[in-house]
Amino acid sequence: MSAALNLRNLVVCALLIALALLPAYVTASGNIFVLTLFTRIVILGLAAVSLNLILGYGGMMSFGHAVYLGIGGYAVGILAHEGVYSGFVQWPAAVAASALFALVIGALSLRTRGVYFIMITLAFAQMAYYVVAGLARYGGDDGLTIYKRSQFFAPLDLTNKVEFYYVCLAALFGAIYVVNRLVNSRFGLVVQGSRSNDVRMRAIGFPTYRYRLTCFVFAGMLCGLAGALIANNTDFVSPSMMYWTRSGDLIIMVVLGGMGSVVGPLIGAVALLVLEELLSGFTEYWQIILGPLLLLVVLFARGGVDGLLAQFSARARA
Amino acid sequence: MTALFFEQCLNGLQFGLLLFLLAAGLTLVFGIMDLVNLAHGSLYMIGAYFAATLTAWTGSFVIGVLLALVGTLLVGMAIEVIAMRRLYGRDHLDHVLGTFGLILFFDELVRLIWGPEGLSLPLPSWLNASVTIVPGFQYSAFRLAIIVVTLAVAAFLYVLVMRTRVGMLIRAGASNREMVGALGVNIKLLYTLVFGLGAALAGLAGMMQAPILTVQIGMGENILILAFVITVIGGIGSIRGAFIAALLVGFVDTLGRSYLPDLLRSILTPNAAATAAPALSSMLIYLLMAIVLVLRPEGLFPAVRK
Repeated sequence: MSAALNLRNLVVCALLIALALLPAYVTASGNIFVLTLFTRIVILGLAAVSLNLILGYGGMMSFGHAVYLGIGGYAVGILAHEGVYSGFVQWPAAVAASALFALVIGALSLRTRGVYFIMITLAFAQMAYYVVAGLARYGGDDGLTIYKRSQFFAPLDLTNKVEFYYVCLAALFGAIYVVNRLVNSRFGLVVQGSRSNDVRMRAIGFPTYRYRLTCFVFAGMLCGLAGALIANNTDFVSPSMMYWTRSGDLIIMVVLGGMGSVVGPLIGAVALLVLEELLSGFTEYWQIILGPLLLLVVLFARGGVDGLLAQFSARARA
Repeated sequence: MTALFFEQCLNGLQFGLLLFLLAAGLTLVFGIMDLVNLAHGSLYMIGAYFAATLTAWTGSFVIGVLLALVGTLLVGMAIEVIAMRRLYGRDHLDHVLGTFGLILFFDELVRLIWGPEGLSLPLPSWLNASVTIVPGFQYSAFRLAIIVVTLAVAAFLYVLVMRTRVGMLIRAGASNREMVGALGVNIKLLYTLVFGLGAALAGLAGMMQAPILTVQIGMGENILILAFVITVIGGIGSIRGAFIAALLVGFVDTLGRSYLPDLLRSILTPNAAATAAPALSSMLIYLLMAIVLVLRPEGLFPAVRK
């Protein structure tokens, strides 16, 4: 991201500030619903930012990213079910379990490219879905209710909606900062180089497989954290949170927002979920509008919202 | 015991052949147009809905299915002309996203037209019977009919693609689109027909599965993933690979589901076996895919690319 003062950066800053000040508006207006909606947006924004790390920067078209939402969520759910409520145990467990899963499927799927990679990540995610749906002890198909949210040190109480919102927002901002540092580091440049031309990167001596795998695992860990947050947000986990259409939603957010920048997917998450909310208020059959709309975005607005803003800024400068 | 095993083998064959219909369309469209079509499962669903409705209207299963086949073919061709045509040559991510949009659209459209409850497609009495294959062993006539029809379709596909002029053009179009176009072949029409053919195959699979399961929204999504697994195992773009991989997946899935619980019970405690069996048997085909990928990352029969 360039530091220049242009329309795109202004919009991004405005969005981040608006997110930070949202609870103040909610307390003033008493509109709790907006806070609930935006807590979800912030969490899914975090997941989309993590997906963009591999999709946008790494060129790895994973169609199974929602699986980490499920794994992170179930790590929290299962531990809570077994009587472990400490967030200091639950959250690292969610991240570690996601890392382990990402390591195994990444090691297998990164042997392939292109369409194979799309289909394989999809298939492995679906496998995890069926496994979780078969866990009779933890609710199986019906899901698992979480009776107590993760517990941290005394003043922090996740059942307080505003406090929980800020925890999610802190995780999102932290992730944006880390991902931004990462993609501009030597590591990030190697991964991006491998996206453009893997053969050349290997020829000049980079073991790109290891770099890509590390990137894949890190994205999985971030998304696993988002999963732990979702579980706390809904007090409920079910296999449907890792169903493949959820992965599709995450891809939509990334592409809708724009893959060219770290914040793009967050814009996409806001755009998609607010759009869903508006359309579903308008008609029960809102997906009949959303579907063709996606097709139009693909056909005519490749760079997403972020791309449009960048174009506009460039034109304004010229 | 042997009779049961034999029956499970036939079930596996039937399921595998059914999956082949779906995977063949998917792999044909990918091999020739280089297009990833997630909406393939929607065509499967549309085929089933058409068959259920048209059978109820006409009162005849056979006429209903034939009309539904034509209907699905037309829907497929319409999709190609309206949307898919603009996606050729684009990034695969665009295909995934655009066709995902189509899934949302079709699921909702079906809900709008037919309502959220599923339909059922009752079988005529001559298919809803058992056939004695060898004395003392009976098998469902309908499942047997599925095996016969799908085998015939597979043979038809082979002859069409490998032995006819249209098939020659299809193969030529796959290796060099511009050149075939320059030689005066209407390549656009050819692609539309191929897409329609893939759609009709998916629809046929849907209408043959419909009497066994119910016709419902989202029915195409689970089976689509299986079709993906098959194309990955068989090698994307290879019809022969899809055929063999489909049979493999059909057998592994069916036999795994029926024998794995017993097998686990003999190794583990009954309690552990009861927990592990459903999870493990649904994992089997993905494990199969993982093994194939480790050994042959391009699938069993990688299609020869230009």
